[in-house]
Amino acid sequence: MKVLVPVKRVIDFNVKPRVKLDGSGVDLTNVKMSMNPFDEIAVEEAIRLREKGAASEIVVVSVGPQKAQDTLRTALAMGADRAILIQTDQEVEPLGVAKLLKAVMDEESPGIVLLGKQAIDDDCNQTGQMLAALSGRPQGTFASKVEVKGDTVEVTREVDGGLETVSLALPAIVTTDLRLNEPRYASLPNIMKAKTKPMATKTPGDYGVDIAPRLTTLKVVEPAKRQAGVKLGSVDELVTKLKDLGVAA
Amino acid sequence: MSVLVLIEHEAGAPKDASLATITAAQQLGEVHALVAGEGAEAKQAAETVAKVAGVAKVLLADDKAYGQMLAENVAPLVAGLMADHDALLCNATSIGKNIAPRVAAMLDVMQVSDVLSIEGSDTFTRPIYAGNAIATVKSSDSKKVMTVRGTAFAKAAASGGSANVESVAGPTDAGLSSFVGQETSKSERPELTSAKVVVSGGRALGSSEDFHKLIDPLADKLGAAVGASRAAVDAGYAPNDYQVGQTGKIVAPEVYVAIGISGAIQHLAGMKDSKVIVAINKDEDAPIFQVADLGLVGDLFQIVPELTQKL
Repeated sequence: MKVLVPVKRVIDFNVKPRVKLDGSGVDLTNVKMSMNPFDEIAVEEAIRLREKGAASEIVVVSVGPQKAQDTLRTALAMGADRAILIQTDQEVEPLGVAKLLKAVMDEESPGIVLLGKQAIDDDCNQTGQMLAALSGRPQGTFASKVEVKGDTVEVTREVDGGLETVSLALPAIVTTDLRLNEPRYASLPNIMKAKTKPMATKTPGDYGVDIAPRLTTLKVVEPAKRQAGVKLGSVDELVTKLKDLGVAA
Repeated sequence: MSVLVLIEHEAGAPKDASLATITAAQQLGEVHALVAGEGAEAKQAAETVAKVAGVAKVLLADDKAYGQMLAENVAPLVAGLMADHDALLCNATSIGKNIAPRVAAMLDVMQVSDVLSIEGSDTFTRPIYAGNAIATVKSSDSKKVMTVRGTAFAKAAASGGSANVESVAGPTDAGLSSFVGQETSKSERPELTSAKVVVSGGRALGSSEDFHKLIDPLADKLGAAVGASRAAVDAGYAPNDYQVGQTGKIVAPEVYVAIGISGAIQHLAGMKDSKVIVAINKDEDAPIFQVADLGLVGDLFQIVPELTQKL
């Protein structure tokens, strides 16, 4: 079974984003970029499926600028077999990405598409679900456990009330949550080896997909800042304050 | 404009998040509430929702295919009903986030996620970059699909409405997915996302045992829900559904008590709209103190039991 893993190049999760003064967006010049952390978990899970014998080949795909090659190379260094870059400098919304991924699915016929539940830049949490809709396949979102059982996959999902397990007919779309696994670091020999692994470069036009955005960002502002308050000297003071707030008797 | 709201319900009543989404929907147009589910509970939920202020009509879809709210079965139902509606609003909860994008793609609509405010019929604000920026976006799609952040809208009053309940039918089981089971944390405490007071613990608690030994009694004294930082959940001190933060639950209680939580931006994203933030931490330079209204620097293993005892 082939596993397809879409990955996105985003601002590194340790960097605090700065809103541009003109309100046009977030300043990404000279900012460290990395693989979206949830996608890293997806790559790791695909490798574990291969290690367990459930997957045979891992194909990683990214929609983004030429620099997204670096993100794909990271995935190859972790253990993916080959990569596809759908290159565009345009910002592509989840709906457009899902349409492109659907086209890749048609070509590659993966048994599972494993991807992050959301990207930490736009925080949309849509692409996996949209891909599942467009391909008419089931979805296991916010996965904390993935188990392939014959022609189905059992996905344990992190939901508001706790955990929920669903069984999905393959092919299926699975989106990863934080506790699915802890991604490995690529070893130096694997980083070297990744440089020679195949990477195909395509454009959205090659798939005949319209990626024109549907949303226009009118402005981006910083959220209202909280002011630091007071430091109290003792537990008694805190008890008094909590009583003043009416939350303690 | 007619607006369809996908209601989440439990034990025959709508969840608080759905009451907030109804408020958001009223800002757009006439509210039609969809209750999908199975049997007597769904019917009872539909009748309860019919009494909610501002609901013009309740659509009840009763089928065993909808009992577990599987996206594969519910999305086609919702997409079908969207032929007669201009907008779909779902909660930004695990159910809404699962179903709404599937419907959006079926309708060829780009969804607006986690809406904080409605600025006009096609213009909305939403958080990006873990809430470090707020974007105002305008949708050019003829139909709108969005998820709504429950803490950003007041809850609609549970009474005052007198809507009719209409039965609707949609596709039955798509045969793509099935429900296997669930592990829900049962608790007598209020629900995390709608509690007036939240007490959250972080990694500094050191173990699952100490987490529950210190946090639970304090929460009980304050009638509070219990939350946790991602670090505490990852370390196994608390279950996943306790997690407050960018990728966990978003809370905005009257009082949020952060204990042994340093205040990573991912955590702040989930709680910084709380009215009053109380922080207890031994590191006086911890970022949590930059957002806390009331701070207490010291050893939580001494402070928390003392606080619980004195309350």
